[in-house]
Amino acid sequence: MNAESFDVERIRKDFPILSRELPGGRPLVYLDSGNSSQKPTQVIETMREHLASHYSNVGRALHALGSESTEAYETAREKIAAFVGAPSRDEVIFTKNASEAINLVAYAFGNPVNTDERFKVGPGDEIVISEMEHHSNIVPWQLLAQRTGATLRWFGVTDEGRLDIGNLDELVNERTKIVSIVHQSNVLGTVNSVSPILARVREVGALMMVDASQSVPHQPVDVAELGVDFVAFTGHKMVGPSGIGVLWGRRELLDAMPPFLGGGEMIEAVWMDHSTYAPVPHKFEAGTPPIVEAIGLGAAVDYLTSVGMDEIKRHEKELVTYALDALDGFPGLRIIGPHTAVARGGTVSFTLEGIHPHDVGQILDDVYGIAVRVGHHCARPLHLRFGIPATTRASFYLYNTTAEIDALVRGLHHVQKVFG
Amino acid sequence: MIAESMYQELILEHYKHPQGRGLREPYDAEVHHVNPTCGDEVTMRVKVDDGGKVLDVSYDGQGCSISQAAASVLHELTTGSTVEESLSVVDEFTRLMQGRGQVEADEDVLGDAVAFAGVAKFPARVKCALLAWMAYKDAVVRSQA
Repeated sequence: MNAESFDVERIRKDFPILSRELPGGRPLVYLDSGNSSQKPTQVIETMREHLASHYSNVGRALHALGSESTEAYETAREKIAAFVGAPSRDEVIFTKNASEAINLVAYAFGNPVNTDERFKVGPGDEIVISEMEHHSNIVPWQLLAQRTGATLRWFGVTDEGRLDIGNLDELVNERTKIVSIVHQSNVLGTVNSVSPILARVREVGALMMVDASQSVPHQPVDVAELGVDFVAFTGHKMVGPSGIGVLWGRRELLDAMPPFLGGGEMIEAVWMDHSTYAPVPHKFEAGTPPIVEAIGLGAAVDYLTSVGMDEIKRHEKELVTYALDALDGFPGLRIIGPHTAVARGGTVSFTLEGIHPHDVGQILDDVYGIAVRVGHHCARPLHLRFGIPATTRASFYLYNTTAEIDALVRGLHHVQKVFG
Repeated sequence: MIAESMYQELILEHYKHPQGRGLREPYDAEVHHVNPTCGDEVTMRVKVDDGGKVLDVSYDGQGCSISQAAASVLHELTTGSTVEESLSVVDEFTRLMQGRGQVEADEDVLGDAVAFAGVAKFPARVKCALLAWMAYKDAVVRSQA
């Protein structure tokens, strides 16, 4: 696809919800895709079709529907593996969401049943995250530190909203067991450069995880190229359904890790006093999985691939450049995050002098039908870093237009009129 | 324009010109309440005399217009009344806020606080309106202990 063939109006037609009217005849201006994205007809129909014609449980059902359902579920895994450049489909583990994926990895550390040296964690060992993490990449590591007596440390964030790796060599050292960093910040929009951190991680023999929840939906991500050990992302932010997330991990690490949840389908054999486990990915997929959701996510990556991830990235860069231009210099508005569209995704968070984000969001929604997110966006430490309780966040996706950013700016002028 | 029913002129007036704001001495009890979903917070002090009269309700905090205006209105309604009277206002205000917009407000009891009736239709904002009022109730209980 070249630039001319990216037709946002045609793309919008794929998303039925974008043409609905809100009560009072307001058109919908959806600028909250960083929270959760909308779904194209292709995904909705794939899920409907599966439920209507092919549905049954996967793996354990031997009848015709069982094999059709299993086939569709495993095909979805293959599509997702290809989408993120996973060397093997077996390295793609379906989880409930990115949070579960990160918890799964954290649980493998300092776990008495895991004898692999790389996962041993105790007092004196260190876990490294950053100040710009979503709570889902903070709390699981806090829990690990509490369980094991290890020390949790973190990279700071610069005033501009970039990861501060000035103390990389001190922060990541021989005591470090795992470094887990967000790929693209859900508040700042900042896209972090993984390679310098990874180089240091390799030097000290630690492992590295990347929370790619905000990057996989918006730019081409190739896990092999990234070179890290674990990558987590979630379906609902990438035009797929909620209830399905993905953990990608290196095969030999996944093999070394203990199961996370025990239950049906994750076993090889069970006796009353012990069990042996299925090979990956099934070792980590206890119980009936979110079958239709996984198939829906397969349709979502087909859709994104058909549009082209490079095209999506380019479109969002245009949008964020336009938005930064319109918002920078807006009276009383402070952008929290980089002011330039370099190494930056389509997420713009800001404060308006003297007006609480909840009031901003309420007026934008009620008067103009503009959906933004307000609050701390599950990144409270980052807001504390900037000395603010909350921000208003507009986040863009492939279906957004510059006209919608114009509407946002008009809405913000009105907000100032009401509260000024 | 649904928001018009929530952002009443009176609420905006209290937000822009809060009454009785700022922490004062003397006081019998001080409490700090937060709304974890949005980070709004209020610190509240009450001073009650031996006859059960509320001599002062002072507060400080940060948050949205609804939470800040609610604290200002609360100050006006409770200062100078008796503990018993003020708690009945708190009860009526709570009933109105939790009524999902289906409850008819008793203007005789609530006075200016009836302006918040529209907030009850926004479940996400009810906690904002109630923050200062719950803090007040807590502070009064502690002052009587």
